[in-house]
Amino acid sequence: MVKIKTENLNLHFGLNHVLKDVNISINERKITAIIGPSGCGKSTLLRTFNRMNDFAADLKISGTVHLGESDIYEDKVDLSRLRAKVGMVFQKPNPFPKTIYQNVAYGLVIQGKHSRCDIYTRVEESLKAAWLWDEVKDRLNSSAMCLSGGQQQRLCIARALANSPDVLLLDEPTSALDPQSTAKIEELCLDLKEKVSILIVTHNIAQAGRISDYTAFMYLGELVEFGETSQVFTVPKDKRTEAYLTGAFG
Amino acid sequence: MISQRKLKESIGIGLIGFMMMLTIGFLLIFVYRIFSQGIHVVSWEFISTPPREAMTAGGILPALIGTFWLTFLAVLISVPVGIFTAIYLNNYARPRWFVSTLKITINTLAGVPSIIFGLFGMALFVNMLNLQVSLISGVLTLAVLSLPMIINASEEALASVPRDNSEASYALGASKRQTIQRILIPAALPNILTSIILVVGRVAGETAPIMYTAVTFFNRQLPKSIHDEVMALPYHIFALMTEGTKPAKQVPIAYGSALVLMTLVLLISSTALALRYYLRKKRQW
Repeated sequence: MVKIKTENLNLHFGLNHVLKDVNISINERKITAIIGPSGCGKSTLLRTFNRMNDFAADLKISGTVHLGESDIYEDKVDLSRLRAKVGMVFQKPNPFPKTIYQNVAYGLVIQGKHSRCDIYTRVEESLKAAWLWDEVKDRLNSSAMCLSGGQQQRLCIARALANSPDVLLLDEPTSALDPQSTAKIEELCLDLKEKVSILIVTHNIAQAGRISDYTAFMYLGELVEFGETSQVFTVPKDKRTEAYLTGAFG
Repeated sequence: MISQRKLKESIGIGLIGFMMMLTIGFLLIFVYRIFSQGIHVVSWEFISTPPREAMTAGGILPALIGTFWLTFLAVLISVPVGIFTAIYLNNYARPRWFVSTLKITINTLAGVPSIIFGLFGMALFVNMLNLQVSLISGVLTLAVLSLPMIINASEEALASVPRDNSEASYALGASKRQTIQRILIPAALPNILTSIILVVGRVAGETAPIMYTAVTFFNRQLPKSIHDEVMALPYHIFALMTEGTKPAKQVPIAYGSALVLMTLVLLISSTALALRYYLRKKRQW
């Protein structure tokens, strides 16, 4: 089942043509890794899926992006609902300077339609789903800033999960973390793909190889190659993919 | 032998230390002077009774109350207006040239001498709006004077909140208003409070803006409404020092008033400091 599908997606920031005719179909409940050298448009592509690029003043976008059946760039799209459905975790762990509980509850509180009891249950579920519950259950009311980097990043995942998203966008989620925390988050991703479709941008080719089902290789704004990870990694069709994977550039 | 690098370092540190001592030294001398000159006239009677015998005896109660109301009401007006203006400038105002023009204007206003605000207040509030020389005219003048300072500081505080935080908030589906209300303002609040502390100190001590708009040299009565003229501590000091006819008796009273004014400002500041400490502690970064 295809979850996200772009057709002839072109994106400009001012004069800068960042995404060039990107056609990609992301499968449901799989992990799709987006790899490529810095500045190739990986993060920008990721951010088109929850419309986080919209904040740029000189953004021009053409083509379509479908999430399930609906075109997310239609005028009547409710951005709050879209962003609740498509959760995002950033490169640098960015918990709010609030308590652990408030961090996870944030998405639900701002929707303003959940009872306190309901929110508590969802916070617990989300923390459990992000494998953080056991570490924080006794200190839900202490500041999220006291957590370690890896814990903070899992808190950010829990925060996104609280909205019950269909898709989770991870923008280099482990590049600021130590190897152990990284391993934990990778395992967590494998666990989470039972329920959500995961897109992960990574600079770490080995990471893409370890956890992803599909891999997309981007270069200078183009989607050069997209396919099953086993195929892309072993018999890449494009020379540029091969060069990047073997470390000839990047 | 000391290497050149170490020598440079000790000279540098020595210089910095000297500068610090100089600053603290002046501050201490200043406080000591006010304290030693003023302390012997300050008593419960001094702060709880009005002046007597042509300002050569008695206390400063009307001036104290007057300064309290002037400062409190002025800040009460300028703080919300200033913070909301800063929020608008920081988050909504477009296009960019308009924002930067506004900011330059506000910066300029923040540097305008306070006597100009006094004249402006007299022209606008006292004469044009016919509010007369009254508490309300002084309050409005002081509010206008403190607005640019509050706007500037709040704007800076809002701008210094890490972008990561608002980005995370948007990514969770929050609207702009929710992000401002729940993320931006709480994060900027401690710094905004700091600026309010400074503004309170400045407003309480201002003489020029209220000279033509609110104060009177002598008034035994406490203000009963915002349309009354009031006495104020800084002006009281000014008047005693410049217009007094019996300096031997009046100069000590002026020092006493200065001591009370200083203590008052310190008291207000420490309340705000305590509040800021509490807020910071509650929200560790």
